[in-house]
Amino acid sequence: MINLDPKIPKGELGEKWTQYRGTMNLVAPNNKRRIDIIVVGTGLAGASAAATLGELGYNVKAFTFHDSPRRAHSIAAQGGINAAKNYQNDGDSVYRLFYDTIKGGDYRSREANVHRLAEVSVNIIDQAVAQGVPLAREYGGLLANRSFGGVQVSRTFYAKGQTGQQLLLGAYSALSRQISLGNVRMYNRHEMVDLVKVDGKARGIITRNLLTGKLDRHAAHCVVLATGGYGNVFYLSTNAMGCNVTAAWRAVHRGALMANPCYTQIHPTCIPQSGSYQSKLTLMSESLRNDGRVWVPNKVEDAEAIRKGQKTALDIPEEDRDYYLERRYPAFGNLVPRDVASRAAKVACDEGKGVVATGLGVYLDFASAIERYGKGEAHSKGIHNPGKDVITKLGEEVVAAKYGNLFDMYFKITGENPYKMPMKIYPAVHYTMGGLWVDYNLETNVPGLFALGECNFSDHGANRLGASALMQGLADGYFVIPYTIGQFLSNEIRTPKISDQLPEFEQIEKEAQARIDRLMNINGNQSAESFHRRLGAIVWEYCGMSRSEAGLKKGRQLIRDLRSEFYKDLFIPGTKDEFNPELEKALRVADFLELGETMMVDALDRNESCGGHFREEYASSEGEAARNDADYTYAAAWEWNETEPVLHKEKLEFENVELKTRSYK
Amino acid sequence: MKLTLKVWRQKSKDHKGNFENHQIEASEHMSFLEMMDVLNERLIEKKADPIAFAHDCREGICGTCNMVINGKPHGPMKGTTVCQLHMREFNDGDVIVIEPWRAAAFPIIKDLVVDRSSFDRIIQAGGYISVNTGQAQDANSIPIEKDVAAQAMDAATCIGCGACVAACPNASAMLFTSAKVNHLALLPQGQVESSKRVRSMVKQMDEEGFGACSNTGACEVECPKEISIENIAAMNRMYIAAVVGQQDQV
Ligand SMILES: Cc1cc2nc3c(=O)[nH]c(=O)nc-3n(C[C@H](O)[C@H](O)[C@H](O)COP(=O)(O)OP(=O)(O)OC[C@H]3O[C@@H](n4cnc5c(N)ncnc54)[C@H](O)[C@@H]3O)c2cc1C
Ligand code: SF4
Ligand code: FES
Repeated sequence: MINLDPKIPKGELGEKWTQYRGTMNLVAPNNKRRIDIIVVGTGLAGASAAATLGELGYNVKAFTFHDSPRRAHSIAAQGGINAAKNYQNDGDSVYRLFYDTIKGGDYRSREANVHRLAEVSVNIIDQAVAQGVPLAREYGGLLANRSFGGVQVSRTFYAKGQTGQQLLLGAYSALSRQISLGNVRMYNRHEMVDLVKVDGKARGIITRNLLTGKLDRHAAHCVVLATGGYGNVFYLSTNAMGCNVTAAWRAVHRGALMANPCYTQIHPTCIPQSGSYQSKLTLMSESLRNDGRVWVPNKVEDAEAIRKGQKTALDIPEEDRDYYLERRYPAFGNLVPRDVASRAAKVACDEGKGVVATGLGVYLDFASAIERYGKGEAHSKGIHNPGKDVITKLGEEVVAAKYGNLFDMYFKITGENPYKMPMKIYPAVHYTMGGLWVDYNLETNVPGLFALGECNFSDHGANRLGASALMQGLADGYFVIPYTIGQFLSNEIRTPKISDQLPEFEQIEKEAQARIDRLMNINGNQSAESFHRRLGAIVWEYCGMSRSEAGLKKGRQLIRDLRSEFYKDLFIPGTKDEFNPELEKALRVADFLELGETMMVDALDRNESCGGHFREEYASSEGEAARNDADYTYAAAWEWNETEPVLHKEKLEFENVELKTRSYK
Repeated sequence: MKLTLKVWRQKSKDHKGNFENHQIEASEHMSFLEMMDVLNERLIEKKADPIAFAHDCREGICGTCNMVINGKPHGPMKGTTVCQLHMREFNDGDVIVIEPWRAAAFPIIKDLVVDRSSFDRIIQAGGYISVNTGQAQDANSIPIEKDVAAQAMDAATCIGCGACVAACPNASAMLFTSAKVNHLALLPQGQVESSKRVRSMVKQMDEEGFGACSNTGACEVECPKEISIENIAAMNRMYIAAVVGQQDQV
């Protein structure tokens, strides 16, 4: 078994990072100029890392398969970003953010990493504002906050429903500045297709130029991956179409370990699927749960009538509605964490109370919020005894100011007006807590290979709280890696420039080429897309919101069968030496087919329920997840091979937080 | 609904392009891009070359998708990207003409996919505030009026799609450039560098081969994020002041 040393610094939890940073090895400015760093991925994590490393004086080469860094999937994040600023004076603190994240992650993350995340969260907001990110403000000119699920304070900063966009554009502007200064060389439309190791250390990558199909070698002293999550293994997800696991999975083929792949997040508020042609699901931000109330009809007959179009939500009287989150979890109500809210929706729909034709949908209703805000506005405008129309109009204006663009988006997609009719929502795959195993330095078990942002496994345990992925990506990129990378690089200052003519580069390039040729030469009959769709259906069915031993075993076999069919019957139009989106897709699906199996294996190993991983065999009498701390307080890091992936464990030590049953009642 | 699509096909920027006709049966619940997916699946089944089109988020935020539909960038619906457009906006029997953005500064890569890296270079020329990581002061130490912050936000919502260029008879990039210039100039943090910024960004815009602005207003009409043409006027004022200021310094 590989010894997975998390390299947690000594000292009190609250002092670890400060002390460690103060005693870390540094690289002198004249040496930085001689050191090359490759950053793959320019989303929030990668762009912030590349920009900061460039500012520090390293030679950075940054890569994205997108046509511009500004298009990374991070752009789509809607709701917000957490920070322990306590600007609202509502009792927030670094410790509380730390605690909420550990608890929200169902006690399956590493204390020291999470505490550091909470500490640097405050710097992120300062940095973003200095870059000109237009975060929302109050009338006094100070920053505004909202609440997200799983917490009882208001610590989420936001820019309308476009927080990810604005933060990414901030990081992109910092990156653009470094590009213009010549500190970062940017390679757009270049996809990493392999990792090159020399003497056991990560020293470069092979990329495919997506416009010409040409494979290129890039050498450096170390490699940083910030390539995002693998939610698209489910085919249907809220991720952008291009999100994929290839960079991380190629690293796994070169010895890195994939940790906790079965921890995936199903987001409770997405627009339900409408047809089989669909390739993408749309999220409705969690921030809507601040004001929206989730419900289904109490009576199955009512739900049936709604599904048949004989009744609408408005026909169901108050006493026949089940606001099931408020009922089951009075302390947190509609703001329970995502895994809890998603499972509750599934339970309601499994009972036959779903409100869309497929049976898979519940209501998210703003009528009470509109009334409440409308009355408040009328009062503050000095309107006495306002009529219902006035209240509704004023209330709708407030709701529009807060969530207007989300309501518009809902309307565009469904054709229904959410101000008048409750939204219909259903859970969908959204985020992946699992990812490359990294230590406290964000270094994988391959020396010189680092992983940041959603592509690593750190910080969120078995469930991520809302608005904390943006926080983690930017913490990793702006405030962690610029320091911790020095621990590796300070030993490399005498290492001369790495040559891309080394035999290792030649060999890996050949292997990458062979993989491409293999797929091109199958010349079968089915598209990459069709295999992807089938894979997604299997992973969703057997490794989605609820999992069982029998199902996982079956799912695993189905994926193995699908994989052999893929290598016999795939068809890719066009050639390899041109702009060929179908070839790109096929290479990514090939990697998803292996990852999907590893997820099943991981979920089978974990004989407990925790966070997003719900095993039917391990539930309390009230249907809540039942953890098994005695046997499973570890991160499961997998080494891939075709026959039987090998498990390596990192035991998680909790020195500051007492492991409790997570309760939001 | 049954539709006829006339789609622009072009192997690369060095090949000649032409329209290709396709018949398709679509459902009104489909998004426009899902309809294109269905068409592509059919083409692949027949081992024909699928139509290359750009897309990623399919939520109207990444700015990747770009199609001119019946002469309108992003299609008939106001304030909407192609990826958010749904087939319920069309009628049974419609003929739909689909073309790429056309502008010298956006060379065609294949079919409907174009190269918009010129936009990145405009940003690199100065679309940022020069602050290194770690140099920032506490975020609440600079209060910004709610309305001003909201105006900056409105300008900052530009998704860099390029529809403004595609809509403009001169293929001008003024709306895109001015949105960034104004977003930063409105904020106290951004004001320090604003005259240098506007000069370098405008210079880069010209060097990329975008056309001059003749105030047709077509950009504002087609912009999916409804970026206001006021931004162009404001940038022009800033630009003139910056150029005059620069001459004063000499
Ligand atoms: C719809 C939606 C809404 C969300 N809302 C929120 C929110 O409100 N708050 C919150 O905190 N989180 C939110 N999240 C989660 C959050 O957006 C992501 O977790 C986060 O942005 C990921 O950032 P990243 O930098 O790790 O990866 P990404 O932004 O996914 O960037 C990945 C980068 O890697 C590149 N890349 C990948 N593979 C390769 C390769 N092989 N070669 C070259 N380049 C490669 C890509 O081109 C891209 O540049 C949301 C997610 C979704 C789906
Ligand atoms: S100004 Fe509007 S049309 Fe132009 S790039 Fe920005 S969002 Fe697109
Ligand atoms: S695909 Fe992202 S805006 Fe259309």
